[in-house]
Amino acid sequence: MHPSHVIAELLKLLAASLLLISFAMLSRRRTQRLITLFAWQGSVLFISTLLVAYSAGLTELYYSAALTLLLKVIALPWILHRLIQRLGAQWDSETLVNIPTTMLVGLGLVIFAFGLAQPISRMATTITRNTIGIALAVIFLAFLMMITRRKAITQVIGFLAMENGLFFAATSATYGMPMVIELGIALDLLVGFFILGIFFFQIREQFDSLDLSNMEALKED
Amino acid sequence: MSPLDWTSRYLLALSRHDLSLLLVFVLGWLVLGVAGLIRPHRVGFVARILFPLGAVAGLGGALLSGIYLITGHAPEILILPLGLPDLPFHVRLDTLSAFFLLLLGIAGAGISTFAAGYFRSGEGTAPGLLCLQYHVFLASMALVILADDAYFFMVVWETMALSSYFLVTSQHRIPEIRHAGFLYLLMAHVGAICILLCFGVLQGGSWQFTFNAMRGATLTPFWASAAFLLALTGFGAKAGLVPLHVWLPEAHPAAPSPVSAMMSGIMLKTAIYGMLRIAFDLLHVRFWWWGVLMLALGLFSALFGAIFAAVQTDMKRLLAYSSIENIGIIFTGMGLAILFQACHLPLFAALALTAALIHSLNHSLFKSLLFLATGSVLHATNQRSLGKLGGLIRRMPWVATLALIGTLAIAGLPPLNGFVSEWLLLQSFLFTPQIPHAFLNMLIPLGAAVLALTAALAAYVMVKFYGVIFLGQHREPSLAHAHDADWLERIGLAWLAFGCIAIGVMPQIALRAAGAVTGTLLGQTVNLSSPYWSIAPISPGQASYSGLILLAGIVGVVGFTFALVRVVAHGRMRRTVPWDCGYPWQTSRMQDTAEGFGQPIRHMFGPFFRMERDLPSPSDIAPRYRVHIEDRLWRTIYLPIARGVQRLADAVGVLQGGRLAIYLLYSFLTLIALLVFVL
Repeated sequence: MHPSHVIAELLKLLAASLLLISFAMLSRRRTQRLITLFAWQGSVLFISTLLVAYSAGLTELYYSAALTLLLKVIALPWILHRLIQRLGAQWDSETLVNIPTTMLVGLGLVIFAFGLAQPISRMATTITRNTIGIALAVIFLAFLMMITRRKAITQVIGFLAMENGLFFAATSATYGMPMVIELGIALDLLVGFFILGIFFFQIREQFDSLDLSNMEALKED
Repeated sequence: MSPLDWTSRYLLALSRHDLSLLLVFVLGWLVLGVAGLIRPHRVGFVARILFPLGAVAGLGGALLSGIYLITGHAPEILILPLGLPDLPFHVRLDTLSAFFLLLLGIAGAGISTFAAGYFRSGEGTAPGLLCLQYHVFLASMALVILADDAYFFMVVWETMALSSYFLVTSQHRIPEIRHAGFLYLLMAHVGAICILLCFGVLQGGSWQFTFNAMRGATLTPFWASAAFLLALTGFGAKAGLVPLHVWLPEAHPAAPSPVSAMMSGIMLKTAIYGMLRIAFDLLHVRFWWWGVLMLALGLFSALFGAIFAAVQTDMKRLLAYSSIENIGIIFTGMGLAILFQACHLPLFAALALTAALIHSLNHSLFKSLLFLATGSVLHATNQRSLGKLGGLIRRMPWVATLALIGTLAIAGLPPLNGFVSEWLLLQSFLFTPQIPHAFLNMLIPLGAAVLALTAALAAYVMVKFYGVIFLGQHREPSLAHAHDADWLERIGLAWLAFGCIAIGVMPQIALRAAGAVTGTLLGQTVNLSSPYWSIAPISPGQASYSGLILLAGIVGVVGFTFALVRVVAHGRMRRTVPWDCGYPWQTSRMQDTAEGFGQPIRHMFGPFFRMERDLPSPSDIAPRYRVHIEDRLWRTIYLPIARGVQRLADAVGVLQGGRLAIYLLYSFLTLIALLVFVL
């Protein structure tokens, strides 16, 4: 078997596990478990980026793989763990929509994503083109998680997972974005994350909980 | 070489750089404004140094534009190293912009000098901040006149609206003033949207937004008319053309007096400028019905303004309505010019346009003068209501004398400037029978009658304004302590009054300046060959007016009568109480009041108003009569629109439930819908 075939098959496997992790995230209630899954998602992303970098021979992609490892596998999960410990928010209570329904909606979204990706993957020339549908599905599922969760911290994890999906879409469709953009996004992510971290404390101080439904009181009549 | 030659050569050399020098003056204004922030609370520094310097810059600008108008050569164009990468700012100086810059410079110099004496601390916004807003306002108006592409025009147009908004709301702690400011900003934005759309139509598919490209675009009659109507709406909203005038009587009284003077005297003229620029320069065709529409709106505004001014009891509101009247007169002139031009009568078009231009200049002089005079009265007495003023001619002789010149000018009496422009406009009405439309021939003489009625009503209004404020007895005891304006204020007032007299006595100066404009816009000027003291716009045999001879006549008759009384009659002066109709005693409350003076007009034009009256009971010892007059248009047009917008906003507001999950769902659904759409 030719090495590039092996890599392509491996990439498909990794993509499938990415999707699986996304579903797992959708079904989890414990925030702690969610963060672990997010770190797993990051490491799958790291490996897949490494593989693409190796097969395409692009040094830039090695850098972005390193960035992924540093930021999404090590730094962010660690900060998140610290954060939930300080906030005492290891448990995510109930979701807005019950979990089986969410999973069903998620299934529908995956089918939609695959349908959507078909014309795009026909145009793409990379060896990873079949995975565009999965990347889109990961974005949708992360978005769905943001909608259905109540606690502010899970919203942030959803937001980060969405970025993972975008990153995967970029590597699978066009061998990654230009380095400048990637660095910019990484910085954005970090800054956004810190701002949200500050918000958590503010929200908790204001409402004595991280439940976002309290924020309805802010609306002006 | 004689000194005269030398001077003229020097002036010519200077005038080649007119545009750059003008931009230097504009920049100077901006620098002065920023300098105000250095010591924002030091009135001495801001008022005594920065404002007079601003006045000097205004004079310089006026001088330069005047030279440009006299030497009258080709337009100057500059591309500024500002703006967006592919969209630099263009500026252009031609005779039309030079004329309006002249107006801005002359009136601006007077207003800035007055403001130097007027602004003091403790009245709302800090003086330094006011100085910034004031000079940004001046500079943006100058740039509106100089702008040569739609992008730059809109940028400075909005800067003008915003800076004047902040000036209007400088006493923002008073709720009425905040309300007036909001209404002003709202109307300014509605107008700006119309102007933006108008430029969108004018580019005619070339997607080039320089005015030069718009001059070259050819539009179908439908789109040309659409552009004209949009411009009329947009600039009409800024100028205060009825029915888009509602902000004007609110915003002008709310602002500090120098700002009211600047808004009424200069800012309204930028709208006139914009209308002229689009109707006569950027659009390549003109249809007769445009002129008729403009004429009708102008005449209605003039009459409407005059009638409402006659029944006001607040002196600044009275002047604001009088501004609507004058804007109506200017629009009437422009409408006639378009009508004549569309009927291929360029000479008469030039006459009507000359009248409109000179009236713009005149209005900027006398209306600024009167608004500033109300500022002095306000500072001296803390009263704006006419019902509490009176007898100020003895306490404030300077202001009273200079304001008298302004009132005579605005009433259209010779030998002052108001007469010149109204005479020119009535002259151009005399030529309407030459229009080849039988129907119009029958209707337009009615317009001349309306104009004459308006002029008479304006005189009536000014008798009321002057008589109630300055003549008679004090209506409140506190007025006995009123003090006259300080010397800087007097200089500002005197400068504007001098302008009123100069144009009235030597009308040919204004006629030449306007002639340069009509020469570029229409390729035709009225007869400019008369000597300086007289004008004969069509030909000396047709009709002519000579301000100087009239002045000499008036002075002669007055002097002769005075001498006659002195010599032939007893010649002694005796001060005594006037005949008191046999009453045992008189108080100042027995004088005619503002309400009383306006009563006949209120009675005759009843259907125009919505009135609320408080009639005192017969047994009241200290009766007070109060009447509140409202515009019918406010209830018939504006309130229904406001209610509709409110309902729509409420309907949209339902979407905003306050739940984060719902908001996320909105963006999610939008994303899905868009993806389905592109699929």
